[in-house]
Amino acid sequence: MPALTEARKKSLRREMEALLGPGAVLSDPDELMVYESDGLTLFRALADFVVFPLTAEHVAALVRLAQREGLPFVARGAGTGLSGGCLPAEGGLVISLMRMNRVLEVDYDNQLAVVEPGLVNLHLSWAVGARGFYYAPDPSSQQACTIGGNIANNSGGPHTLKYGVTTNHVLGLEVVLPDGEIVWLGGKTRDPQGYDLTGIFVGSEGTFGIATKIVLRILRQPQAVRTVLAVFNEIDQASEAVSAIIARGLIPAAMEMIDQLTIQAVEDAFGCGYPRDAAAALLIEMDGLAAGMDEQAARVIAACRETGAREVRLARDEAERQLLWKGRKSAFGAYGRISPAYLVMDGVIPRTRLPYVLRRVNEIVAGYGLRVGNVFHAGDGNLHPNILYDPRKPGEEQRVVAAGGEILKVCAEVGGSISGEHGIGLEKRDYMPLIFSEADLGCMARVKRAFNPTGLCNPGKIFPSRKGCAEAGFASRPHPIEEAGLAQRF
Amino acid sequence: MAHGTALEPPQGAGGPTARVPAPWEMGPLALHGHDVDGVNRCVHCGLCLASCPTFSLLGTEMDSPRGRIVLIKSLAEGRIELSDSTRAHLDLCLGCRACETVCPSGVPYGQLIEAARAEIERRHPGGPVRRLFRWLNFAVLLPHPRLLGLAATGLRCYQVSGLQRVLRASGLLRLLPGPLAAWEPLLPRLPPAAARAPLPEVTHAEGQRRARVGLLTGCIQQVAFGTQNRATARVLARNGAEVLAPRAQSCCGALHAHAGEDGLARDLARRTIEAFEAAGVDQVIANTSGCGAHMKSYGMLLASDPAWRARAARFAARVRDVSEFLCQEPLRGPLQPVARTVTYHDPCHVIHGQKIRKEPRALLAQIPGLRVVELSEADWCCGSAGTYNLTQPEMAQRLQERKIAHIRATGAEAVVTANPGCIIQIAQGLQATGAPTRVMHIVELLDEAYR
Repeated sequence: MPALTEARKKSLRREMEALLGPGAVLSDPDELMVYESDGLTLFRALADFVVFPLTAEHVAALVRLAQREGLPFVARGAGTGLSGGCLPAEGGLVISLMRMNRVLEVDYDNQLAVVEPGLVNLHLSWAVGARGFYYAPDPSSQQACTIGGNIANNSGGPHTLKYGVTTNHVLGLEVVLPDGEIVWLGGKTRDPQGYDLTGIFVGSEGTFGIATKIVLRILRQPQAVRTVLAVFNEIDQASEAVSAIIARGLIPAAMEMIDQLTIQAVEDAFGCGYPRDAAAALLIEMDGLAAGMDEQAARVIAACRETGAREVRLARDEAERQLLWKGRKSAFGAYGRISPAYLVMDGVIPRTRLPYVLRRVNEIVAGYGLRVGNVFHAGDGNLHPNILYDPRKPGEEQRVVAAGGEILKVCAEVGGSISGEHGIGLEKRDYMPLIFSEADLGCMARVKRAFNPTGLCNPGKIFPSRKGCAEAGFASRPHPIEEAGLAQRF
Repeated sequence: MAHGTALEPPQGAGGPTARVPAPWEMGPLALHGHDVDGVNRCVHCGLCLASCPTFSLLGTEMDSPRGRIVLIKSLAEGRIELSDSTRAHLDLCLGCRACETVCPSGVPYGQLIEAARAEIERRHPGGPVRRLFRWLNFAVLLPHPRLLGLAATGLRCYQVSGLQRVLRASGLLRLLPGPLAAWEPLLPRLPPAAARAPLPEVTHAEGQRRARVGLLTGCIQQVAFGTQNRATARVLARNGAEVLAPRAQSCCGALHAHAGEDGLARDLARRTIEAFEAAGVDQVIANTSGCGAHMKSYGMLLASDPAWRARAARFAARVRDVSEFLCQEPLRGPLQPVARTVTYHDPCHVIHGQKIRKEPRALLAQIPGLRVVELSEADWCCGSAGTYNLTQPEMAQRLQERKIAHIRATGAEAVVTANPGCIIQIAQGLQATGAPTRVMHIVELLDEAYR
C-alpha cells in the first residue's frame, strides 16, 4: 500500500475531526511515537493517526472511512498487551477505545454488567464491589488493562484455574464488523441459539472487528478466602506440590509459582513478604463457602509440607493477602529493577511436565548467556519465563528472541501450546506452525476471511509471515492462507 | 511494507526502527546535566496508566506516565526535537507522582519530569515579560523572606484597601500581560501582619523533652499560612518537641525544582541545609507536602556535588512530615473531644512523594469524638499541584470538580488535609459549589483538640 501523501493526510484528519470533534485525532509524529509499542517493546510500528471515538457509531464511521481509503486499522486499549497485538503493523489508524470506558448498566439480580471496551478491568470490580459482586478474570495487569483488550486476547489470570478465562464470562457483544456494520453477538441470556459467534469473537485478537459494548457475568464475592504461601528450597518440590494438591481432588482458585529471581525483584519493589532466599514459592488461594474452608486449607498445607515445603504460611488478614497478591501481580514490571527489558513467554504445558520443562527453560536461557525469571500460573501449566536482556547491548535482542523460540518448541514438544493468554499477535505468529497444521491454519484463515474479507482489520497478526511459513515447510505449494487471500508471495 | 514500519524480530543493532541511533553509541542519557538514566528502569508495562489523573481524564498516552517517559527518553536520546506538542504534554503533568506509588520497577518519575522541565526552561526561556516575572518570583522573592514579607504587605494593602475590589470591577486587570490577568483572582487572601510575623526562634517543649526539631516555616507558607506554622509549633511542643525556627532559613527550593529552575534549587538546598545544621536539630519538620518531599530528595539533588553529597544525604534522612513525627509516639494528652465528621484528602507529595498514608489517619483516630469517613479517590490530586492551578487552569479545574464531588458524597463537615496548596484549591472548589464544608490542615485540627 502506498504511503499517504501529506495532502491526503490533512484532508483525512479534517474529516475525522469533523466526525469526532476537536482533540480526538492525533497525527503529530511525537504523539504517534508514544503509541508505537504495547507492553512488549521488542516490536514497534507507527500509525498514521490515533483516533478517539466515543460511540459505536463513531467506530463504525471510522471503519468505513478506513475501508474506503484502503487504510489498515486496529483497536487499542491501555496498551498493556504482551504480543504486539494492538500495533498498527502496516500503519493506518489506531482506534483508541480509552474514552469509551463507562459501566453502562449493572443488573445484580441477573448477575451481569454491560460495559464499554475501554473500562479498566479492575474498575468493574470496584463498581460492583459495594454490592458484594466482582468480575472474576483477573489478569495481572488488571489495574490498567481494559475489558476490550481482555476480549481480544481471551485473557486469563491467576484465578483462571477455578473460574475459567474471559470467554467464560462474556455473554454478548456489540461489535462493529470490519465493514462498518454494527451487530450483536450473543446477548444477555445464558443459552443463545445459533452459532456461538461470541465464542469465536473472544480471542480473535482484534481481527474480526471491534467490540463496543460487552455483556459480562459478575459473580458474588466468595464467602470465605484462604491464601497460603508455601516456600521451597527447590523448584522441583514446588512443582510436585502443585501436582500433589490437584491429585488430592482439591481445586484452588489460584496456584501461582514465583522463582527466586522474581521474588528478589518484587521484594525490592514492595517488600511483600516473600523470603528472598527461597528457590521458589507457591501462592495458593482457595475460595468459596465458609463451611469446610479451613479443612481445605489444612489439606493444601499438608500437601505442601509433604512435598518438602520449608515454610507454609496462611495470610493472617486481608492486608497480608493483598500484599502477597500485589507482589505476584507486579512481578513483570518489577523486573525493571534488575533489567532494562524482558521478553515474557506464555507457553502452556501439561502440569505433570513442569519439572522437566522448567529445567529445560533454565538450560536454554543459560545457554544464550541470559537470565530468566519464572512467575506463572502453575495450576494451569501456563508458564511465563521472563527472559531478561539489555537492548543496549549489541546482539542481545537476537539472542533473547532465539531463546524464546526454543522454549516454545519445548512447550510444543511436550504436548503444550505456545500461548495461554497473551495472544499470538506479532510476536508468536511464526511459531503457529509448531502447534497447528496447514489444514488447521487454513480453517482459521477462512473464518478470518468471513469476518474480515479485505484484511484491513488488524493485519499482520496471528498468521505466520512468509518467513514463518517457509521455516515450517509450508512454502512448496500455495499455502491455505494464500488460497484464502490473506497473504501473498512476492 | 507501508509507512516505514518494521515488524520482524530485530536483525541488527539498533532495533527494528532504523532512524533510532543505537543507545549505547550515545553515552549516558542526560538532560541539562541531569542524569536521566532512570528512564531505563521503565519496562513499558503500563501498570501506571490508570493511576495517572491526566491519562484517566484524557485517555491519551502522551498524557500518561509511560508516554511521558517515552517522550523524555526520546528527547534525551535526541530522537525527537522539543516540539510544542511534546512540551504541552510534559507541561500537563501534575507532578503528583501517583505513578511512582504503583510502579513495580521503581522509575524515579519525579526526578525525570524535573529534569525534563529544566531542559524545557533552558531551551525555551520565553519572552522578556515571562523571564522578568520568573526572575522576580524565583530569584528575588522566594529566596528572600524579607522581600517576600514586603511584597506580602503590599498585597495585603491591595486586598484590604478596596483597590482590589475597584480594579476587579473596573476590568482594568484585563490590561495586565497574559498570565498575570488570569492569576490575579487566584491570589490567596493574605492574613493580617500578626499572622505573617516570623515564628519565635525557639518554642520550648512541654513536659519531658523528646526531641529538638527544626521547623521549615517556608516561603509562601509563612506569609499566607502563618497560622498553620504556629499551630504546628504548638502541637509539636505539646508532644515534647523543642521547636526551632531558624531565621537563616529561606525557601527550600521545591518550587524551583518543579518549575525547571534547577540551579537556584541547588543553591537553596545548600542554604537550607546550612541553616538547620547550624541550629543543631535532630529532625527537620515540614508541614507542606511539596517541601517535605523535596527536602527528602536533597541527597539526589546534590549527588553530583562532591562537597555536598554526603551532607545533603545526611540532612535528607532527618526530614519528617509533621504527621510522621507525631506518629512516632502516641499523642500526648489530654485531647479535648471534637464532635465532627471529617474526611481526609491525601496531598500528593505526602502520600506519593513521601509514602505517608497511615500516619495522618492514625492521628485522626486519636482525637476523641471525631468521626472519620474515607474519601473516595483520596489519593488523587486535587489539581493544585504547586503552581499547576495557575499554569494549567482547565485541567486543574476538572480535577478540582472531581475532588469536590467526592468530598460532598462523604457528607463530612470538614476536609482535613496536610498541605496549604490543597487547602486553597479545595476551599475554592467548595466555595464555588456553595458547600459549607470547612477545609483544615491536620495540625489545625490537632491544635483545636489541644485547646
